[in-house]
Amino acid sequence: MRVLRNSNVVIALILVAAMVVIGLINPAFWQLSNIFSLLKANVVIGLMALGVLLIMISGGIDVSFTAFAIAAMYLVVRTMVAIDYDGVILPFIFATAIGGLLGLMNAGIIHKFHMIPLIVTLGTASLVRGLVLGGVGTSNVNIDEMPPSLIELGRANIVTLERANGTTFGLTAMILVYAALAILIHLVLTRTMIGRSVYAYGADPEAARRVGFKTGRTMIFVYCTAGALAGFAGLLHSSMSWLANPRGFVGLELDVIAAVVLGGCSIFGGRGSVIGTVLGVFILVMIQNSLILMGIDMTWQRVVVGGVLISAVAITALRDRRSPA
Amino acid sequence: MMKGNTRGTEAADGKGSGPGRFLIRARADTNIQLGIICILIIILMTALQPRMFLSSYNFESMAFFMPELVLLSIAMMIAMLTGGIDLSIVGVANLAGIAAGTLFGFLAGEAGVGGLGTGAVILGVGVGLIVGVLAGLVNGLLISGLKITPILATLGTGQVFIGLCVVLTGGPAIVGFPSGWTWIGNGKIASIPVPFLLFVVLCVALALLLERTSFGLRLKLIGTNPKAAVFAGIRKGRMILWSYMLTGALAAMAGILLSARVNAAKSDYGSSYLLQAVLIAVLAGTNPAGGRGNVLGVALAVAALTLLATGLQMMRVSNHLIDFVWGAFLIAVIALNSLSARKGL
Amino acid sequence: MVSHPLIELRGVSKRFGGVRALDDVSMTIESAQIRCLAGENGSGKSTLIKIISGVYQPDKGEIIIDGAPVERLNPASSMEHGVQVIYQDLSLFPTLTVVENLFLNTYLRERRSTVNWRRGREMAREVLARLDVDLDLDATVETLPTAGRQIVAIARAVLADARLIVMDEPTTALTAREVERLFRIVRGLQQQGIAILFVSHKMREMLEISEELTVFRNGQKVAEGPITHFDERAITLAMTGRHLNTGRFAAPAGADVQTPRLLIEGLSVGHEVHDVSLRLMRGEVVGLSGLIGAGRSTLAKAIFGLRQDVSGRIELDGERLAPASVTDAIDAGVAYVPEDRLSEGLFLTRSIRDNAIASALGRFAPRLWLQRNRARAATEKMFEDMQIAAPNTDVPVSILSGGNQQRVVIGRWLMTDARLLILNGPTVGVDVGSKEQIHGIIHDLARNQGLAVLMISDDLPELAANCNRVLTMTNGRLTGELSGERLTEDALESALAAVTREGGA
Repeated sequence: MRVLRNSNVVIALILVAAMVVIGLINPAFWQLSNIFSLLKANVVIGLMALGVLLIMISGGIDVSFTAFAIAAMYLVVRTMVAIDYDGVILPFIFATAIGGLLGLMNAGIIHKFHMIPLIVTLGTASLVRGLVLGGVGTSNVNIDEMPPSLIELGRANIVTLERANGTTFGLTAMILVYAALAILIHLVLTRTMIGRSVYAYGADPEAARRVGFKTGRTMIFVYCTAGALAGFAGLLHSSMSWLANPRGFVGLELDVIAAVVLGGCSIFGGRGSVIGTVLGVFILVMIQNSLILMGIDMTWQRVVVGGVLISAVAITALRDRRSPA
Repeated sequence: MMKGNTRGTEAADGKGSGPGRFLIRARADTNIQLGIICILIIILMTALQPRMFLSSYNFESMAFFMPELVLLSIAMMIAMLTGGIDLSIVGVANLAGIAAGTLFGFLAGEAGVGGLGTGAVILGVGVGLIVGVLAGLVNGLLISGLKITPILATLGTGQVFIGLCVVLTGGPAIVGFPSGWTWIGNGKIASIPVPFLLFVVLCVALALLLERTSFGLRLKLIGTNPKAAVFAGIRKGRMILWSYMLTGALAAMAGILLSARVNAAKSDYGSSYLLQAVLIAVLAGTNPAGGRGNVLGVALAVAALTLLATGLQMMRVSNHLIDFVWGAFLIAVIALNSLSARKGL
Repeated sequence: MVSHPLIELRGVSKRFGGVRALDDVSMTIESAQIRCLAGENGSGKSTLIKIISGVYQPDKGEIIIDGAPVERLNPASSMEHGVQVIYQDLSLFPTLTVVENLFLNTYLRERRSTVNWRRGREMAREVLARLDVDLDLDATVETLPTAGRQIVAIARAVLADARLIVMDEPTTALTAREVERLFRIVRGLQQQGIAILFVSHKMREMLEISEELTVFRNGQKVAEGPITHFDERAITLAMTGRHLNTGRFAAPAGADVQTPRLLIEGLSVGHEVHDVSLRLMRGEVVGLSGLIGAGRSTLAKAIFGLRQDVSGRIELDGERLAPASVTDAIDAGVAYVPEDRLSEGLFLTRSIRDNAIASALGRFAPRLWLQRNRARAATEKMFEDMQIAAPNTDVPVSILSGGNQQRVVIGRWLMTDARLLILNGPTVGVDVGSKEQIHGIIHDLARNQGLAVLMISDDLPELAANCNRVLTMTNGRLTGELSGERLTEDALESALAAVTREGGA
């Protein structure tokens, strides 16, 4: 617990330092509208990162969740358009369930066949993307077709402010959803036995089994939750961007994994926290969105993200090496 | 895998020869099975689409685009031999093609790349390969020097390489290479496609390298038991560095073939190749935990999957559904391997 | 009313394929009894543990707990009956804190779905007080030394209402002082009515802590009784079935007129080895004894190029040796047979040949290309010389017995130009027959090829019977030397006992 708290402090310090530097380069960073848009950009990546956090604490890795997010989002939106349904709650339940079921598939294959999660999720990602694009469709659902209820939801703000020139900007209400789910996952991870079983499994799967954890159940919990969060985040993304693009989210896996690693999570399992992950997501999104503010061409974005990931794992590798094995 | 090994002399003393014999058989078996699968697919596709499938055009076009996938898969297999993985191969491939393309643009200036001769093309190949080796060196240093897990290291460098592609091209594809370059991807020598010749030569060379040299044996020993390799005096860090440099060079070669074949280079070409390379490596009997893998198996696995994919394309199955089939195939292979391993023990 | 024993096994047998792991074994453990179960590797100890803990079902025989026969014991019901096994790897969660490692077990048993951290902390504090030990509750287990982790494992078992704690080789990685502390804790547990089953092959410790002794050999119980009825010789006889050869190995003639094969002067390694000086002559076999943690393995690793934090001087045949890597050491003529054959020595799934040539690839592949015929011929010769029992050199070493595996590891060094052979536990986990043959091979190497041999071992009879001299090591320093007539098991034992007392003080 102490180590965890320490590394969270370190991450928070990095965050503050980065904010100060970016703010010095371009004071526009500190404008409320910029901060609000940063927070908005946190929501979808953050929700997915919570799922990946669970998986990485359990010692696994997942590159299929973006495919699941697409599948859940596109299926639900297309169905809503097809049957002319206009609501919010049911679609989100369905999207979450679709994600969860696809996660169950991952859990089953990984647990049953003892196969490396990376390879399994590479396979299921291709399977699901191929099925969605080949079986459901490849065309976007644009704003003119999108169910109004979803657009309405995406536009909801907690606070709306007016700029000097009369245009308005606001803080999206979806940040509340993100905060609520983050707190929920935090409580589950720290206060429930299923949450602790994730840490135990990540620390030593064999020992977890010997102590009496039902490890199959843990794997199902981990991968289903990750899938469900991805499905939910997928639909939320569509409602916030007023668009359902079945080819979207390509390469986003990496951003999310980078954020989780940045948040102090170890790929070897057994370590990681919601607080760290939330901070990690914020750092990553902030760096990405501030490139323009810092006068760096957007073409450098992937280089920067890759660089951030490499430095984050290098630092965690050094940290893990220092503590005696 | 290693966890099981460290435990229990008693088990090793008692259990007899069952698992051992299985392991010896496994490799020969995998290749024979793959050969049989190839033949079955040919028979099946011939039955479904006799005219098109058996046409020489079909086999010729396969001979043009199969080699790049084989090279990427062998690159993946070599990374897996030491228990690692290389998720940056597609980024390296594209970067090599784009680096060469950028070089040609620079050399030709206003005149247009059409005027560039053999010398420039050879220089381009050299630059592409150097880019690959350097990329592999970066991966190797991160993995063996900084001790970063191969998954995360190559995931990160893969992004950096693709990012550099975007930076070099500014986004759109580089179109138009010198004719000497496109000959590498589309030409023929004595009516045999050049990529196919390259593929045969490289496969033989790599098979010899892995099967008949101390380099190959050292890599496999490291993958089998990294700790014992150190105690046996194998320079683990250095060997891993070499293996990722080789992986990078092979990926770059694949990138050269790809850009030569389509006469263009772009940051997101061949993105589905990553999954396919992993799938093929696993299908070919490579142990992702290290120590086992062979070139012939990879070539056979690529042949099987390419036959299947072209057959499906002829039946007008969409490319997206073929992606689905790849994924399903990978899962099926995992399941079968796991089940047969359980039976074998 | 007769009081029943805690656990009684009656006529238990267990087969695996054609191998009889346990053959008609009966054994009783009373409450608050400290019993030691001794036997060589492969004697059936592990199988017995797994039967008591419900992992294996016996093929024949009865398990009686508290006087009532138990049908089909499984791991959960075994724990309900109060049986807790502490395996050698301890099965703890390294990234979690001490508190959590302690309470998880209990919460699982209580089938809780939520975690009450405050109660968990109280339980942890309470149980550590009960064991009379002091540990930082919020430290992650990975930051604790082995002894600390072991205490966590014991405390966890006690928290789970253990009535019998089975400890598998608990003293393996402990220093003398830590062993003392472990024994103190064990006696404390006994006073609280908890029975202990020690599984070990270390005689000194058995004799010190146990009340009762059971000895297994080849799946059968061959001796049993109060510990006072045994001495080391009797235990050895029971474990191995024969009187060990105590004939001494003759010192090579004229050893003192040459340059020493190995000369070490003022060698210090990290915080583990201090100011060690020694010399080994051609053909000499020198033992190195001492407790685990005394620095024996560290010394060996420093000579073999596995440690870089080294100061002092090492010379091989008068030439300075300062290996920056294992490869350097091997090139200079050093050979090392590691302690843990399976994890450090062998490539289990690879053939005997690949294992044999692993350290001599420079010789068989001078220019990358592997000269397979030469490699094959050399392996065949080694295969003959080492008398390895296997169909041929193409089979994977995983199918070999422990003794034959060890011959492959030693044989590997016949393929290099080794001049100094360091053996760390040369016959651990090797059956008795193989053991003598391996000793013979080592002597041949020393006598005929002029190798100098440094033999690190916990097996005192082995050292006494096979060495010209034996050095004792304590807390990183060489503390004594026995040779000639003075080199006997008893002398070695008392030298080590003195060390233990010092270490304990």
